[in-house]
Amino acid sequence: MTQIISLFQAAIVFGTVILFGATGEILTEKSGNLNLGVPGIMYLGGIAGLVSAFFYEANTANPSAIVAVLLATLCAFLASALGGLIYSFLTISLRANQNVTGLTLTIFGGGVANFFGGSLNKLAGGVGQISVAVTSGGFRTKLPGLSHLGTVGELFFSYGFMVYLAIVIAIVTQYFLTKSRSGLNLRAVGENPGTADAAGINVTRNKYLATCIGAGISGLGGLYYVMDYTKGTWANDGGIEGLGWLAVALVIFATWKSVNAIWGSYLFGLLSWMYFYVPGLTRSSQEIFKMLPYLVTIAVLIIISLRNRKENQPPASLGLAYFREER
Amino acid sequence: MSSTHEHKEPMIRISKRTGISKPKAWGIRAIALVLALIVAGLVIFAIVKLSPLKVYATMFKGALGSPRRVWATIRDTMMMLCIAIGLAPAFKMRFWNIGAEGQVLVGGIATAFCMINFPTLPAPVLFLVMILASIIAGGIWGLIPGIFKAKWNTNETLFTLMMNYVAIQLTSYSVAKWESPPGSNSVGVINQNTNIGWFPSILGNDYVLNVIIVMALAVGMYIYLKYSKQGYEISVVGSSENTARYAGINVKKVYIRTMALSGAICGIAGFLTVSGASHTISTATAGGRGFTAIIVAWLAKFNTFVMILISFLLIFLEKGAVEIASQYNLNEYASSIITGIILFFILGSEFFINYKVNFRHGRH
Repeated sequence: MTQIISLFQAAIVFGTVILFGATGEILTEKSGNLNLGVPGIMYLGGIAGLVSAFFYEANTANPSAIVAVLLATLCAFLASALGGLIYSFLTISLRANQNVTGLTLTIFGGGVANFFGGSLNKLAGGVGQISVAVTSGGFRTKLPGLSHLGTVGELFFSYGFMVYLAIVIAIVTQYFLTKSRSGLNLRAVGENPGTADAAGINVTRNKYLATCIGAGISGLGGLYYVMDYTKGTWANDGGIEGLGWLAVALVIFATWKSVNAIWGSYLFGLLSWMYFYVPGLTRSSQEIFKMLPYLVTIAVLIIISLRNRKENQPPASLGLAYFREER
Repeated sequence: MSSTHEHKEPMIRISKRTGISKPKAWGIRAIALVLALIVAGLVIFAIVKLSPLKVYATMFKGALGSPRRVWATIRDTMMMLCIAIGLAPAFKMRFWNIGAEGQVLVGGIATAFCMINFPTLPAPVLFLVMILASIIAGGIWGLIPGIFKAKWNTNETLFTLMMNYVAIQLTSYSVAKWESPPGSNSVGVINQNTNIGWFPSILGNDYVLNVIIVMALAVGMYIYLKYSKQGYEISVVGSSENTARYAGINVKKVYIRTMALSGAICGIAGFLTVSGASHTISTATAGGRGFTAIIVAWLAKFNTFVMILISFLLIFLEKGAVEIASQYNLNEYASSIITGIILFFILGSEFFINYKVNFRHGRH
């Protein structure tokens, strides 16, 4: 029983990282921008949160957890949105190729994060020596009272606030995209920017906003990874990059609906951690087990294309730049 | 009367260029590169307070400072170039093969498998087996998404991306199987004492054969894309699938054939790395080059000779940054930052090559 509970807990923590990433990317892709810079953006969010927390704690006599958490979250969001802005400027204003720009952003974001992360490690006196105990503690504070409700409490209420924030953002995003006027406009831009433009929707503004805010949300995944998953440390091991690509996979798995991404992310978490709990696996067969999330995504991708259902397809203009005079 | 009908002209108007002369296009790219180096220099200065000129000089030393370093730079340039050559036909067909990383890895796994399991074969036979194995492995890795794209229009960008991670896990599996010494979680240098399956050195240098193979591929691919019937079919499918169908081209066949070719050449890149450079296999064997090569192939507009230049530039930066890192006690990720900045500028500069920016003129 404790094994199953700890598997579920690991799955939810793991899933939350990619749920942020995927929700942000869904918002971005709905505007017609395929941003392959998600890993880089998550890197930017993670390092901005860590650096801001580090300097806040180092320069304040009695750091307050609430201030630290708010500061780190704000910095992570802004840094990631800035990454989204670079992408937006190049692909929307300068019409550069989206795939290539996204991949460059991944290289750039990973470079910035690992550069400063490595320097911060050195500054703090070695890998694992960065001390952001107050901030990380703030991120990991469980809901008071509820986490003592036995099994239910352990399963559902034993996490920091960002686990619930991720769910709320995913639901709000879904509501925004399907039920609000501006969400409808945004989807029109992603499906057919020419038509949207003719209907008087500001294509450029919609794309910029969706991409930058989407990047900000994705970046929170990196922040959660740093503050909770690795408990406020930094390792140049490419961990965020792998999770970032998994977030891109999750977007497909969820068929561009952020509510599906909630349970999808936990399922990915289960699949990713399963090897740890299946008895009798050798070290080599564990590696085969870790393929599962990717194989499942491929299977979903194939099934979507086979069934060819309209509501499960990617936005029609995904990956294409829009130039008004090119119709 | 005239004042009521006056339209307000926008401040900036953008129009498509009908054509631009080659020198002018390269001039724009050169300006972008210089601007990028200035911005990167400012960033370096802001971080480490070192004169950017001194930093660039150190980079030059790191990449080309001694014959050994020159050869290391050449070796890695060839590796990157080989992948970019493999990607060129797929991209020209507008097939987004993001899966080079995986195709390189499976090619490397196949090569390492042969090196470990067939050490008794005579050298020429072993080389033939290794190169065939890597071609087949990479080819299959490219073929799978190609078939699904051709038959059911499955999104290739996302499919090939996922195949990378399947390949990475397959590599981890192989490493765990072949690890030596046991418990080290690495394969170690394969056939360290016998050098079986290693590239022979030619003219006293270990990497001459790498250069010969990749250059042959570069020339071959240039001719294939520019002068062969299949190359022509690729470019027609790339510019418009409907036109291709109307012209009687079997689009599905072109997709499948081209992706097998693309994967196969990336597989050869894996063979070059394992047999011709590192003599080992790990999840870092492709080292992100599969992704960087995408940018190389795209920026070069599928021209394999321009790819040499861009590959060299990127490897130069990488090697240079490693040198900066050790000289000034920084970490080598500085190279990714500089690479990112330079690529952003070059990507942005394409806009000014394809479009003309007209500013509002003063009225009469």
